[in-house]
Amino acid sequence: MKNLILTTTALTLVASFAFADGHAKTVRLGTEGAYPPYNFLNDDGEVDGFERELGDELCVRAELTCEWVVNDWDSIIPNLVSGNYDVIIAGMSITVERDEVIDFTQNYTQPDPSGYIALSMDVDLAGGVIAAQTGTIQASHIASTGATLVEFATSEETVAAVRNGEADAVLADKTYLKPIADEDASLMLIEQEELLGGGIGLGLRESDGELKEKLDAAIGAMKADGSLNALI
Amino acid sequence: MFSFCSDPSQLDGFYWLSCYLTTGKHMGFYASFGTVLLLLAITAPTALAFGFFGASAARSNLAPLRWFGKGYISVVRGVPDIAFFLFFIIALDQGIEYLRHKVKCSDWDQPIRQGNDFIVCDAAKMPLGSAPQWIHESYGFTLAVLTFAIVFGAFAANVLFGAMRAVPRAQIETAEAYGMTRKQSFWRILVPQMWVYALPGLSNLWLVLIKATPLLFLLGIEDIVYWARELGGTKTSRFTDYPHGDWRVWYFLFLLVFYLAFTKVSEIFLELLMIRLTHGQATTGGEAQRKAA
Repeated sequence: MKNLILTTTALTLVASFAFADGHAKTVRLGTEGAYPPYNFLNDDGEVDGFERELGDELCVRAELTCEWVVNDWDSIIPNLVSGNYDVIIAGMSITVERDEVIDFTQNYTQPDPSGYIALSMDVDLAGGVIAAQTGTIQASHIASTGATLVEFATSEETVAAVRNGEADAVLADKTYLKPIADEDASLMLIEQEELLGGGIGLGLRESDGELKEKLDAAIGAMKADGSLNALI
Repeated sequence: MFSFCSDPSQLDGFYWLSCYLTTGKHMGFYASFGTVLLLLAITAPTALAFGFFGASAARSNLAPLRWFGKGYISVVRGVPDIAFFLFFIIALDQGIEYLRHKVKCSDWDQPIRQGNDFIVCDAAKMPLGSAPQWIHESYGFTLAVLTFAIVFGAFAANVLFGAMRAVPRAQIETAEAYGMTRKQSFWRILVPQMWVYALPGLSNLWLVLIKATPLLFLLGIEDIVYWARELGGTKTSRFTDYPHGDWRVWYFLFLLVFYLAFTKVSEIFLELLMIRLTHGQATTGGEAQRKAA
């Protein structure tokens, strides 16, 4: 009898610790879910891709409980700032403008060259109509050149705009465009590339210094032991 | 879903389609129809209640209550839906968290607004950061219902306000002559008779409400239009077992059929309701029914 009570007490204690631990820090990861291979929804409707694996691994290393949230690209920063989730992990390049509003961890990919895809190789990149996703580094790059910028809410729509002739070319991360160009014979990657942004990092609220340190350390550890490169 | 779905690239025709249409992602799509219908089922009566209180307040004898009713009707009707959704939801959410913060974390010494950031203590988060995703979604859903109810309630209030004034004055005079109080004549004479005047306006509101649900995605709720766009987008074989081209037109065509069918069903139902409400009323419709009987 005594044993039973002791065991029960011990179990309860352990359980409540586990419970308290689980409740101590749940980190909500916000992503777009529409930018393969970084993040996309798989056939089961779950978040998948490079950033899913990376995010899960970082959470294990930083000993955090993580939850995935899908959010529109357009409102991804405002919703972070107002506290709907704690981290942006959505292929977001580190830029000075964004850094004024939110904080970034160290980058987890090198700056990925941006490429163009178009229906023909001889498209006029300097003065033509170029499509890009709203609020991306690619969109602000085109706005600074002589080309006409057309913006779309999702990157899927930018490619559709080229297919139906609304735009001459799309500017986006090359890793995003490559699988599309491989599969669709009518679309081709143009040789010209743009080197934009300072690599991709996790976005956090500026006031969230503690979480930033934890995730920074985890990214650093993954870089050091080569497991990050293995994922890429 | 089915046992033959393990390698979709070997399938074609009907088998491929039956596997494709039963992926987890498509289940999310089908479930979102339920979400939208549930939202409508909850929002419509709530908005009607808001409208009823708004209209009753607007014709109250008490000046402050009347001002409130009239203010509600004109302000909310004047603000664009999307602005109301973006502003009001964030303000409401932050307002709730601010109040919880004041109650639960009185020993908090940092400012709540730090630059762009809105920070409250963990215990004041609504819902709690540690809550599972479905609680966050239900919370967003509740906020959506409330916002829809406030917006559409204002329009409904204006319709009901007009309908109350459309009831012939003679009806109220008769009630007064019978010695009914103002309250009694309101509930016994005015309210039962006003619906027939309100129904055309309310049915318009209902049809607009059906189509306003894509605003849900602003609140992080995945509605049918979001899924149609996501599922219809081009899929390359590296990221899915079911690669396909740009199929958005088919998904949106399906939504078109859904919305048209829903509108038709609503119209049939509203027509039946109109016949029921006209029965015995002192209107041309009621008179026609009396003669036909």
